Amino acid sequence: MPYTEATIRLLSPEGKPVETADNERFRQVIDTLSEERLQDFHRHMVAIRAFDVEAANLQRQGQMALWVPSMGQEAAQVGSAFAARPQDHIFPSYREHVVARIRGVDIMRIIEMMRGLSHGGWDPADHGNFHLYTLVIGSQALHATGYAMGIGLDGACGTGDPERDVAVLVYFGDGATSQGDVSEALVFAASYQTPQVFFVQNNQWAISVPVSTQSRVPLYRRGDGFGIPGTQVDGNDVLAAYAVSLLALDEARNGDGPRLIEAVTYRVGAHTTSDDPTKYRTADEHNTWLARDPIQRYEAFLRDRGASDAYFEEVRSEAADLAADTRRRTLALGTPKLDAIFDHVYSEPHSGLEAQRAWLKQYEAQMEAGA
Amino acid sequence: MTTQHTAAQQSTGAEPATSAQAAAESGLQEAAAQAIASSQPAASGPAASGAASPRTGIQQLPMSKAINLGLHRAMADDDRVLMMGEDIGTLGGVFRVTEGLKRDFGGKRVLDTPLAESGIVGTAIGLAMRGYRPVCEIQFDGFVFPGFDQITSQLAKLTYRHGGAQSFPIVIRIPYGGHIGAVEHHQESPEAYFAHTAGLRVVSPATPNEAYWMIQDAIASDDPVVFMEPKSRYWQKAPVDFDERSAPMHRSQVVREGADATLVGHGAMVSMMLQAAEIAEQEGTSLEVVDLRSLSPIDYAPLLESVRKTGRLIVCQEAPGNVSVGSEVAATIAEQAFYSLEAPVLRVSGFDTPFPPAKLESLYLPDADRILEAVDRALAY
Ligand SMILES: Cc1ncc(C[n+]2csc(CCOP(=O)(O)OP(=O)(O)O)c2C)c(N)n1
Ligand SMILES: [Mg+2]
Repeated sequence: MPYTEATIRLLSPEGKPVETADNERFRQVIDTLSEERLQDFHRHMVAIRAFDVEAANLQRQGQMALWVPSMGQEAAQVGSAFAARPQDHIFPSYREHVVARIRGVDIMRIIEMMRGLSHGGWDPADHGNFHLYTLVIGSQALHATGYAMGIGLDGACGTGDPERDVAVLVYFGDGATSQGDVSEALVFAASYQTPQVFFVQNNQWAISVPVSTQSRVPLYRRGDGFGIPGTQVDGNDVLAAYAVSLLALDEARNGDGPRLIEAVTYRVGAHTTSDDPTKYRTADEHNTWLARDPIQRYEAFLRDRGASDAYFEEVRSEAADLAADTRRRTLALGTPKLDAIFDHVYSEPHSGLEAQRAWLKQYEAQMEAGA
Repeated sequence: MTTQHTAAQQSTGAEPATSAQAAAESGLQEAAAQAIASSQPAASGPAASGAASPRTGIQQLPMSKAINLGLHRAMADDDRVLMMGEDIGTLGGVFRVTEGLKRDFGGKRVLDTPLAESGIVGTAIGLAMRGYRPVCEIQFDGFVFPGFDQITSQLAKLTYRHGGAQSFPIVIRIPYGGHIGAVEHHQESPEAYFAHTAGLRVVSPATPNEAYWMIQDAIASDDPVVFMEPKSRYWQKAPVDFDERSAPMHRSQVVREGADATLVGHGAMVSMMLQAAEIAEQEGTSLEVVDLRSLSPIDYAPLLESVRKTGRLIVCQEAPGNVSVGSEVAATIAEQAFYSLEAPVLRVSGFDTPFPPAKLESLYLPDADRILEAVDRALAY
């Protein structure tokens, strides 16, 4: 059982409100939300799942080298993403497609990466402060911490003005917690009391390796020895993920220092489309987690609050539109211009590289003439 | 020892979580003590001995399987040989190169490690001090760098620092290179960093047969060996001769004879050079092809002999050309065969850029045309 006595949960797997003394301050956060915001959570979860399924289809049809499914982790991602303020900075790993979308990144940019057209290529400043995906496990934890150190140096947190104070939210997986970079990030964050939240999506697996190989204690306690308070949240409960993230980010923004959140969730799909999970995990386990589906849980909750069939139909059709749009736009993607391989290797001209660019140009012309 | 193996297998089979656990609990130390004290190979459990009976004859196999069988044989021959890496046990590695090894040798000898390359290499060093011969898998070329410090600052120097009192028989296996259309960090050729580092031996097989024998040589070496596996060549079948050893891993060899110019390279580039030689032949040019096989040390004798015959050399590699293995080969041939050369030594390499997005890789990676263009230039002198 990955949950502990400390797990914060606001909705039961059946979508019923859970009221305990421990979750009271988190319930208060939810009580402030408008009906529209509650629906936003739902719309995004449903939309990204449709997108995710379609992207995997497109991959199978040869439109992408690889797809990285996020199915099952929608609540952890949507809840935490909505908890961030516009001025906050987000450092993702590579599975946070919906976080990108919520921050205003066109999710075609992610399709383009997986299709082999780019390595990212967006400027976070114009894209909701959503930084590039990082495929080298754990590296981004240090970048996030450095960014947060800069915020501290600038006096851009802890002023008491939540509209201006800035925090950093960094995502990584259970497997990533074993990397030295992540431990070093925790050390630096504690040392400099950075305004940041480490958000661990514990989806139980690092490809074929179970979380028990990475940690003998629940990951929310990983921060303890570093002096970073940790909270474990039911990552399939979008309300809990939102509330826990919101309070942690508020504390960070307020200058109270770094926080760590472990969102207990499950990677329902394969690690990537190249992976075959039947080699290492059981159908029983998979089914147990399907029964904890974050979208079903939240839909039950919304229904109990009076959401109509028409509403659900509208959300479903929006999601279908996103999927169809994704297919259409993927099929229309062009090829990159040839000498793009030389662009932006450096910020300033580099003589060696310019010579190679010129050589390739001449070579291609020669080949064309010969052909 | 037999029962221990069985126990490890059962616990790890039933509960994938426990491979590291089994290693810790059932006592690597105890196993080490036994292994060191006993001259009897310990890997004599029924599964181990059954699967270990060496194959004979010649079989058509892909390189991934050939390496798998080489690893299997090395584990069967020497119970101090361990496998370590991410996803190598239950899953058998993302390329399935270690498939079945955990089943046959147990979770104590095939470690699904925590996700940390520095951890993998650093603990392999400690295990080597304890008498083990770890074989570490790095999942992809671009993920070796978190372990770079342990490889270059520690592993490479430890024999030297011990004044030879201890040796470090560790193999670092790295699937490397492009042509598979993968995302960032999955197609790089970082061999120059390792060839540049004194204390490391670096080899790269080009065919399944070479791979089968060279991996066993690498494991048998008392020095650290960086074993670069050309992953675009994992799947093509070719004959593996289980009876006759290939040349020792540090030998280079002529793989196609020719008269007009010599092509030299390693790994996946060898099949590309052979393809180029095939095309050239149809156009009336005879190219000799040399497979370097070993990048540190480099066996120059066959290459010098070839260049003395053809008078022209084109060095081919996927890696960026700047300060590369190819640069070293070119410089050495210019030094040692100057009077035999009828044209400057030319290099055909990846460009000096990060590995580009996959849709551009065919432009980035040297292909037969790029090689032949260089051949034309060399012949024009
Ligand atoms: C440094 C490094 N080593 C290995 C890999 C290969 N790899 C990609 S994802 C992955 C597992 C990551 O697990 P986790 O951190 O739990 O994230 P998840 O994929 O489950 O979201 C591994 C080993 C990598 N990308 N980077
Ligand atoms: Mg994980």
